Amino acid sequence: MAGLKVEIKKENLVYKRTELLTDNTMHYCPGCSHGTINKLVAEVVAELGIEESTIGITPVGCSAFAYNYIDIDWIQAAHGRACAVASAVKRLHPEKMVFTYQGDGDLAAIGTGESIHACNRGENITIIYVNNATYGMTGGQMSPTTLMGMKTTTSPQGRDSSLHGYPFKIADMVAHLDGVSYVTRQSVHTAAATRKAKKALKKAFEKSLANKGVSFIEFVATCSSGWKMSPVASNKWLEDNMLQAYPVGDLKDI
Amino acid sequence: MAKIKGVIIVDKERCKGCDVCVSSCPFGVLELSTMVNSKGYNYSQMVNEDCIGCANCAVMCPDSCITVYRQKQE
Ligand SMILES: Cc1ncc(C[n+]2csc(CCOP(=O)(O)OP(=O)(O)O)c2C)c(N)n1
Ligand code: SF4
Ligand code: SF4
Repeated sequence: MAGLKVEIKKENLVYKRTELLTDNTMHYCPGCSHGTINKLVAEVVAELGIEESTIGITPVGCSAFAYNYIDIDWIQAAHGRACAVASAVKRLHPEKMVFTYQGDGDLAAIGTGESIHACNRGENITIIYVNNATYGMTGGQMSPTTLMGMKTTTSPQGRDSSLHGYPFKIADMVAHLDGVSYVTRQSVHTAAATRKAKKALKKAFEKSLANKGVSFIEFVATCSSGWKMSPVASNKWLEDNMLQAYPVGDLKDI
Repeated sequence: MAKIKGVIIVDKERCKGCDVCVSSCPFGVLELSTMVNSKGYNYSQMVNEDCIGCANCAVMCPDSCITVYRQKQE
């Protein structure tokens, strides 16, 4: 409309890239949920003002390199062992905010034991679990959380329960453990979902800071390269399929 | 009548052309350019004046390429 304009000045700023993100270009594929979730972690840490006292543990998987993007202290753990490393770090440095960031292959396959026992011990950590139902980094193989009938490079006919068992709902499982105080499942496939997820992540971190035991936040996520769909089609597919098996919402909050 | 008007600035060198912002905009403000950046991606850009500065596109952007401004028009 003629005559209307927006002045580029601080008072008019609505949204900008958080300064806690480094200038590095993320290596994630275009549209990958990891990028959005990394950003939420950076925004929450910055908003809580805990940049100097937060230690993240990265997994093996596409998000191993999250340490290149968020300007806090990090340790990169062996495959599946992030929760064990986080337990040790938190016990040695109880004043720090300690969290893990793990995919489903890392947390719910090779690292199932470490993850469940950290939950059962009630370590005062936040576990960020990014479930894209596939092994993204290694080329889209089937994971324990792959949906029934879903085609992957190692289940070309689709996941079949008689051969591969059933989608592993680990968030529902850890919700039963006494050491866990907060379990929530979120997603970042729409702007509204992303805003909600950020609130949940902040709550998870606040509970860890208050030493309430484990906060477990699952992000139902896309892997458009592994799923062989465009990022936009992946977000739609997530809504129509992933959220049926993994519905969003709080599973436990005490 | 007072009207809210927005504008976005895309870091086109950082943009990977994933198209997620385009589909998240309630007002069809964004489209991928036919031009490419130095990495070969068709970057996102404003194609009309209908932006209200809701920041949906920026919140969704996995590479945090979008800055949003908003101003009341008297
Ligand atoms: C001990 C060991 N076993 C197997 C691998 C191969 N590997 C690398 S990443 C990965 C799985 C990654 O999947 P996920 O945790 O779901 O993360 P994503 O890449 O999907 O984010 C596997 C099996 C490895 N690096 N180390
Ligand atoms: S392979 Fe999948 S999980 Fe990994 S960066 Fe690409 S889209 Fe993301
Ligand atoms: S700020 Fe809102 S209205 Fe403006 S381009 Fe982004 S999504 Fe569209």
